[in-house]
Amino acid sequence: MTDISNDAEMPNQTQASADAAANELGEFRSLRADVWRQFRKHKGAMAGVVILISIVFACFLGPVLLPFDINTLDTTNTNRGAGWPHLLGTDNLGRDAFTRALLGGRISLLVGFVAMIISIVVGVLVGALAGYFRRLDWFLMWITDLVLSLPLLPILLVAVVLFRDPMQDWLGDSLGIFVLMVTIIGGTSWMQTARIVRGEVLSVKEEEFILASRSVGTRSFRIILTHIMPNVLSPVIVAASLGIAIAIITESAVSFLGLGFPLDIPTWGSLLNDSSTRLNLNIWLTIGPGLLLSLTVLSVNLIGDGLRDALDPKGRTSA
Amino acid sequence: MLRYLIRRLLIAVPTVIVISMVVFVLLELAPGDPTSQIPLTVPAEIREAIRESLGFNDPIHIKWWNWFKLMVVNEPIYAFESVTNTCIGDCESRDRIISWSSRSAAMDTVYQRLPQTLWVLGLGLVFGFILAVPIGTLQAYKQYSIFDNAGTVFTLLGYSVPVFVIGPLFIWLFSVKLRWLPTLYDTTHDIEWTSWSSIWFQIRQLLMPVTVLTLFNAASFGRFTRGSVLENLNESYVRTARAKGLGEFTVVARHVLRNSLIPLVTLLALQIPGIFSGAIITENVFRINGLGQLLLISIRQTDIPMVQSLVFIFAVLVVVFNILADVLYGILDPRIRYD
Repeated sequence: MTDISNDAEMPNQTQASADAAANELGEFRSLRADVWRQFRKHKGAMAGVVILISIVFACFLGPVLLPFDINTLDTTNTNRGAGWPHLLGTDNLGRDAFTRALLGGRISLLVGFVAMIISIVVGVLVGALAGYFRRLDWFLMWITDLVLSLPLLPILLVAVVLFRDPMQDWLGDSLGIFVLMVTIIGGTSWMQTARIVRGEVLSVKEEEFILASRSVGTRSFRIILTHIMPNVLSPVIVAASLGIAIAIITESAVSFLGLGFPLDIPTWGSLLNDSSTRLNLNIWLTIGPGLLLSLTVLSVNLIGDGLRDALDPKGRTSA
Repeated sequence: MLRYLIRRLLIAVPTVIVISMVVFVLLELAPGDPTSQIPLTVPAEIREAIRESLGFNDPIHIKWWNWFKLMVVNEPIYAFESVTNTCIGDCESRDRIISWSSRSAAMDTVYQRLPQTLWVLGLGLVFGFILAVPIGTLQAYKQYSIFDNAGTVFTLLGYSVPVFVIGPLFIWLFSVKLRWLPTLYDTTHDIEWTSWSSIWFQIRQLLMPVTVLTLFNAASFGRFTRGSVLENLNESYVRTARAKGLGEFTVVARHVLRNSLIPLVTLLALQIPGIFSGAIITENVFRINGLGQLLLISIRQTDIPMVQSLVFIFAVLVVVFNILADVLYGILDPRIRYD
């Protein structure tokens, strides 16, 4: 939970440090402050931040605060429509649909976030190595193109089915499937990042400050870390924000097809899968998780758009 | 151009081979094979003899080679024979890839399922394109107008609301509540192009899945069209066209659109394989028994030969369309030069 909210609060910290810098140097405005100023002007992106933070808080605090225990079945109270006290009604076992939708969000958000981290780490690593080391370039990009030309959803489904049982035996029921989903989703979505990073590295590498750095004997890995990485950070941040959306949708799709998280671990996808056969009983079972899922993806996309505009110095207006 | 095409095809060959290896090896790890269903009363040595005769004990590269031969040699020959009604060599005894669950040739099932997939996906693609190009162009032409903003909101929604959310809601509204449209796709329906009621039946059952896919495609193509047209509107050739007195419609439709659609054609070609995988979700939401549903059923039944065939077909499609996109790009845009 802290990870996700940190991510959303990051602009606050950057603003604080930027303000400090601005105070010390008077007129000076740091790049970060500029980015934050630009980002704040993007109404959609700010709305996205608000929506995402509310959903994250609702998903992690909501089930604790709501007075319903989803492990208790109430068979006298099944398939209720939306109303009071059950805001979204109850499911076929009398459990509160709203609480379950929020609980489902926990897993979905966590999967999205962790899978994004994996995909970014792999993507940056492959891209940086391919861009910096000429010998690795051909091979790594061939692998990248190869993975790009694999039909990913079918392979994802196959991989989940094949490795679900061994992983669950190894790490326990919920952790096993979580690690499996995160690895598979992250491991099949790094290619775009790798391509972007490689392109950026290729152009940054020719700059004179790299030559200067090398001429004083800096090692390759240090050059990559301290000189090249900060320059490719912008596209990576944008890719990361959009990567969360892709990971959440992928997880939901796999779970919706009944091959991801089992029903006793609710995620938005598995809740939608469960309710899709009972549309006539309580439509709120579909609307609830569906709306939360769509709003999350929407807000992440909006934030990604805002970041792209804010981080692109070309489109920046002086304000 | 021809040299480039040949080079691309030559590079594609190892790619296809490696993909087939990845797919094959991944699936060979799957637990269980048909011999696990042999009753326990059958003695162990006979069971072993059966396994041996079916080739389950061969090393994995031999197994892969046997499968690969069937997939890329025997099956295409068979397909050619059945289309042209000919017989090449020993067509009676030619081996084919056999599905473990239906015990018939896997590709025969694929051919049965293909029309449904093509119907839904093709129409969704065509309508999405028809919808996206004028809307995206108009959006770019009147940038930041109410129309543009509405279009942007629609695009964002199309990106953000997945098919498996909007699909069930459509079914609930139009099939459960209003009872206008059928919930199931009836594959047994033979379209008679002379009978209105037959055509109407087909339209009704295609309406929901095609609409959902159209919205999804229109969102992604529309966004791209808008961006592409916006870029071109600032080019100097547009100013020249206006300066020589051409009407606004001619400028946009004949000059700007032509240039803007070039990257869109590439996008379309690149999206087709992805749309094939998207079929898996759409077909499961709307219960259409196409290739996507076949894949899912085969995965659940661990029908390994069927899954291998399907994933391989999907993969080859991606490779083929990638090459097609590059070549098309070169034909449409003479500025692109291949060394």
